[in-house]
Amino acid sequence: MLTFLTQAVRIGMTLLFGSTGETISEKSGHLNLGVPGVMCIGAAFGCVSETIYISKVGSLTDGRSFFVYLFAVLIPILTAIIGGALAGLLYSVLTVSLRSNQNVTGLVLTTFGVGLSKLMITSVQKKIISASVTGVNISFTQASKYFTASLPFANKLGVVGKLLFSYGIMIYLAIAVALIAAYVLSKTRLGLHLRAVGENPATADAAGINVSAYRYGATCVGCAVSALGGLTFIMDNLNGNWEYIIDAMGWLSVALVIFTVWKPNIAIPGSIIFGGLYIAASYINGISLATKEIFKILPYFVTVVVLIITSIRNKRENQPPAGLGMNYFREER
Amino acid sequence: MNKEVAIELRRITKTFGNVVANKDVDLTVYKGEILAILGENGSGKTTLMNMIAGIYYPDEGHIIVGGEEAVIKSPKDAFRYKIGMIHQHFKLVDVFTASENVILGVNDGSKYRLSDVNERVAAIAEKYGFIINPKKKIHEMSVSEKQTVEIIKVLYRGADILILDEPTAVLTPQETEKLFAVLRKMKEDGKSIIIITHKMHEVLSISDRVAVLRKGEHIATVNTAETSEAELTEMMVGKKISLNINRPEPKNPCERLVVSNISSVDSEGVQVLDDISFTAFSGEILGIAGIAGSGQRELLESIAGLYPITSGEIMYNNPASGEMENLRNKTPMQIRDLGVRLSFVPEDRLGMGLVGNMGITDNIMLRSYTKGKSMFLDRIPPKNLAKEIIKSLEVSTPDEETPVRRLSGGNVQKVLVGREIASAPSVLMAAYPVRGLDINSSYMIYNLLTQQKENGVAVIFVGEDLDVLTELCDRILVINGGKITGILDGRTAKKEEIGLLMTKHVSSAEAKEDESNAEK
Repeated sequence: MLTFLTQAVRIGMTLLFGSTGETISEKSGHLNLGVPGVMCIGAAFGCVSETIYISKVGSLTDGRSFFVYLFAVLIPILTAIIGGALAGLLYSVLTVSLRSNQNVTGLVLTTFGVGLSKLMITSVQKKIISASVTGVNISFTQASKYFTASLPFANKLGVVGKLLFSYGIMIYLAIAVALIAAYVLSKTRLGLHLRAVGENPATADAAGINVSAYRYGATCVGCAVSALGGLTFIMDNLNGNWEYIIDAMGWLSVALVIFTVWKPNIAIPGSIIFGGLYIAASYINGISLATKEIFKILPYFVTVVVLIITSIRNKRENQPPAGLGMNYFREER
Repeated sequence: MNKEVAIELRRITKTFGNVVANKDVDLTVYKGEILAILGENGSGKTTLMNMIAGIYYPDEGHIIVGGEEAVIKSPKDAFRYKIGMIHQHFKLVDVFTASENVILGVNDGSKYRLSDVNERVAAIAEKYGFIINPKKKIHEMSVSEKQTVEIIKVLYRGADILILDEPTAVLTPQETEKLFAVLRKMKEDGKSIIIITHKMHEVLSISDRVAVLRKGEHIATVNTAETSEAELTEMMVGKKISLNINRPEPKNPCERLVVSNISSVDSEGVQVLDDISFTAFSGEILGIAGIAGSGQRELLESIAGLYPITSGEIMYNNPASGEMENLRNKTPMQIRDLGVRLSFVPEDRLGMGLVGNMGITDNIMLRSYTKGKSMFLDRIPPKNLAKEIIKSLEVSTPDEETPVRRLSGGNVQKVLVGREIASAPSVLMAAYPVRGLDINSSYMIYNLLTQQKENGVAVIFVGEDLDVLTELCDRILVINGGKITGILDGRTAKKEEIGLLMTKHVSSAEAKEDESNAEK
């Protein structure tokens, strides 16, 4: 049971990154369906930078300086952020400056991101092989140890310690980012302006808010956050094993945004529920493979139910931003 | 009265393409006064005000604020000169509270604390006698509350010159009175208020002076106390200009469409049509005159089966069978299935009339796709019709497959009218068919409508230019606030007469008074 809960949290935080990023960009009115692609890009950028880093400093064996390990964590995080921001920039250039359709652009970004990550990982594998000839062992499983390294006292605190403190840096980062996003959106002038841009860009424009700048900014920041989700999935959830199912996490994140009615703070428990539902099948004994797959669609099912409930109640606060999915340009007379 | 100039406009000119919206307009507004701006639709009132508010930039002329020349290039600049405009269409974010909307875009360097904003909003409200809950969400508010938020928004930014674009159009008489009380308080506070309105009685009751615009030009500014409704109307509509539109006498008119006592409310519960009754005869053009938004659109749409009516009947005399049929609450498709031929030229050409991304042929097929028995479409007849329309109406387009959104406004309008006429209607309704057209295209449309009339079609023409209405139409129906205020003979009607009917304040009390006066 305890492992189930901790695993649910770990998967959940991957989704939390994805959905926080998506919420930020949706609040600006950008329906970015490129999140799965962005997460792939984030993971791939992180892995590539990790590969280059290890091949420069040598294998991450025990007993090296603390800073070697620290940079092994920080560099992939930084490059994932850069990769995500670049993907966000691409999306914004297409939708804001070139006024292309947001849905199409998002789906293109997903396809592009998945493809690009495959290309990058293939070259990483080549690099690993060539490096092993020179005696450098590039191992993501080894690197992921430092991503998942928990505070030393976690295991001494019993169940509570396990439940609250046994996670790696990415998990806490995800919660911090979600809380910051929730605070900025609801409590600051920046957040007010951003929400106005997403709700009613014409009004925001008339109030002297630079709609394009806000959309560019929010989308780049949002994608950077989402990209961290991809990295978390590989380095934390899968302990450094690359699997091509990151995009599934991306779609779950998009569903999570709807599930949590565009609120990053609700997304924190929401993501854990999603994570739990996603892995529930593996922790129930004696069910067939087919049943397991049915369990995996539970998050989507729950999202549909939430969507139906919020639509029936029709409370304005729980609706998507009114300007979502629509590009804005001043009407010319 | 202390007459200190707040803002002065000198020889302001603004053109859009080849349309002159404002020409050499001079205007002076003093501190602590309410100036009303009066004019017909399209007389350039809103354009002029938009230039003060920084939405448009004048082509020529000067704006002088507080004795110094002002360059107002954006709404932000306008706020720097303490000018604020309350637009007809509110610019508010629905899911935000009143305060959040007020603070939006304001960055005065102070810390962002909504409780402070709430207090300041409440203070402004109290000072001028508004009633507002700063924490209420916009989507929970009534129209008048939303307007209050807009006004507070402007005051919050410290505006001394307030421009209100038709503020009373959406208000009930009681709400209007409240608004006027607030405006008078602001005036006492030394603020200058410019109010755009069509309603004559409001001009007379609220304003200190009235500026009249006609066709983009400033006609005169007079003291309200020294003028009369009749004088203002005359200045507003101007002298009769002869247009020489061919108007043959109607031939064998017979009742085609009998509309009796129809009423309708819009989605917000506002009465948009109020007990409308009239008859449209075959072989005549029935003009509908009125200030924009008086219910013209709803009236045409309810006849076409696109707008629900709450009461009343629309009877249609089917020329094929000679029977009367009721059109009420039938869908457009049912109306057509009944053999009722009703062609409709909507106000919004590209929105409802045509599909912008499709060519002329495809747009014609929107009317004919149900014809034919095969499951495949027959493109030949519509294509021929497209070619015919292009040729006969002189549509300038590369070919009949070019997307219509690439055509100019006049050509789009020709395609639309041409298509509706081609279906050989018995009733042809056209709303503002010459809007945005140059003079030649306009005449072509007039001739087309006259041609249809001679073919025995009952033409209903909604227009805004009174000169055209009085020369084109056989009868003119004047609509004002969803009510019919008069049906005049097109040949004898005076522009002033129509103007008065369009702007007159009609309340049941006054109507009764008129009746009793008539009896005497």
